[in-house]
Amino acid sequence: MKQLTVFIENRLGRLEEVTDILSKNNVNIICISLADTSDYGMLRMIVSQPDVAVEALQNNGFSAMLTDVIGLKLPHHFGTLKNVSGILSANGLDIRYMYALTSGENAAIVLKTSDNEKTREVLGEKYEFLRAEEAYNM
Amino acid sequence: MIWAKEETLSRQEIEAIQLEKLKKLVARVYEKVAPYREKMDAIGLKPEDIKSLDDLKKLPFTTKQDMRDTYPFGLFAVDKSELVRIHASSGTTGKPTVVGYTKNDIEMWSECVARLAVAGGATKEDMCQICFGYGMFTGALGLHKGLERVGGCIIPSSSGNTEKQIMYMKDYGTTLLVATPSYALRIGEVAQQMGLDPQKDLSIKTALVGSELMTEPMRAEMKKLFGENLVVTQNYGMSELCGPGVSGECTELCGMHVNEDHFIAEIIDPKTGEVLPAGEKGELVVTCLSKEALPLIRYRTRDITRLMYEPCKCGRTTVRMENMSGRTDDMLKIRGVNVFPSQIEEVLLKTEEIGPHYEIIVDRKNHSDILTIRVELAPASMTDDFAELEKIRTKLRSALRTMLGLDAIIQLESPNTLQRFEGKAKRVTDNRKKD
Repeated sequence: MKQLTVFIENRLGRLEEVTDILSKNNVNIICISLADTSDYGMLRMIVSQPDVAVEALQNNGFSAMLTDVIGLKLPHHFGTLKNVSGILSANGLDIRYMYALTSGENAAIVLKTSDNEKTREVLGEKYEFLRAEEAYNM
Repeated sequence: MIWAKEETLSRQEIEAIQLEKLKKLVARVYEKVAPYREKMDAIGLKPEDIKSLDDLKKLPFTTKQDMRDTYPFGLFAVDKSELVRIHASSGTTGKPTVVGYTKNDIEMWSECVARLAVAGGATKEDMCQICFGYGMFTGALGLHKGLERVGGCIIPSSSGNTEKQIMYMKDYGTTLLVATPSYALRIGEVAQQMGLDPQKDLSIKTALVGSELMTEPMRAEMKKLFGENLVVTQNYGMSELCGPGVSGECTELCGMHVNEDHFIAEIIDPKTGEVLPAGEKGELVVTCLSKEALPLIRYRTRDITRLMYEPCKCGRTTVRMENMSGRTDDMLKIRGVNVFPSQIEEVLLKTEEIGPHYEIIVDRKNHSDILTIRVELAPASMTDDFAELEKIRTKLRSALRTMLGLDAIIQLESPNTLQRFEGKAKRVTDNRKKD
């Protein structure tokens, strides 16, 4: 699954500019996470058409890129996330970042670790992944 | 190729020409220009007292303030009817200063520019696009006349409308580019944005840059854009001295050759005014030996450099000025440390993760100076990882600390957000002056 990452300065109206470009290109935002330092931030998103979005943003002078991330379906039970993080740490995998993607009964997390391939291997036995097409059409 | 025989004279021959011209010059300004006469009378100096080149140091300095005080024509040594052209300084600092030329002055000026253009690789086959702003500024017309004298074909495109400039370059086959170094970089960048490869789609082989300081990393950046074989030389001048034409680099790139039969260069200690021994770094002082309309004696340029008298591999025997390390005017004093913007630029241009454009901001908070540097993230260094971005900031900060001994705040920006310049770049904002 591809994540759209955009670098934005902490300046009035920057988020508006990004979302304006996305909406003009008929790109839907499925979920979003905004992390910031004191003077710039990083916008991480799962969108309906990542390729269209990244091109449109770059053409408008934004630093934007696509990154491989894992969409992991998490059943609504106590302790699910705890079990997932237990497996990751047992396998020496660092979590780079993580944010939630929920829609009705379906809950999922977007995840990037120090080794995405290995993460898919170690979680694959017990958990189900969100397919890219599935996510883009949520 | 060497354009004129005056570029290869022996030291003795050069000095003989200089002394003869200097004596005549001093006699003429004493007779015709009141402010010079008053200054000399005040220290009891007569034109006859100038007997050797060493006596030059007895003469009082001329400063920008003298030009302002006598605005507009008070230092002119000819009647207005003798003038054929007027230019004015770009007014980088304060009110512009007016300069005038007689017919002979224009000839001399074109000759000086022709020499440095040829030293920088210009030939009569060149298609020369002049991307300096035409107008009161001396840069454009100076290079225009000089390159015309060499026999090149001039494309007087002036500055601005960069996309159209690039169209001319492509369609007319421009081989020689005249621009400020920052505008040359901008042109390459815009060409790329237009989907062109400046190395394949344009045929620029020579760049003559000037009117602002060029650092070595900037030269490297230009070669990266336009091709490794691009010959980039810089030349030096200022409107008061005639405009471009005082000195210029040859293709050996070991300093700027001074047109010594027309200009005498000295290096002084900017604080005491003492002439420094050959090879030492200090403020450049220039005497214009040949100008009729506005002869200047010992003009303080505020530019910091040193002079090198060793012969150059190119065959020229003229003294060379080391590429400028800054202007005394541009120097910032931050927390008591002297900082030249060129030092900061050098660090920034060596850092691959960021683009070549930058802005320096100095503020004062709680009686302490704060240095902030805004830079653009290079498209290739975009990442989804904060740690990577922080690494770029840390790397820059420590490189700056090593260079300046100062801590700076690094502000990362998206590509193409900082202001671009078509003439002289204005990259420093000192907010402390507003207090």
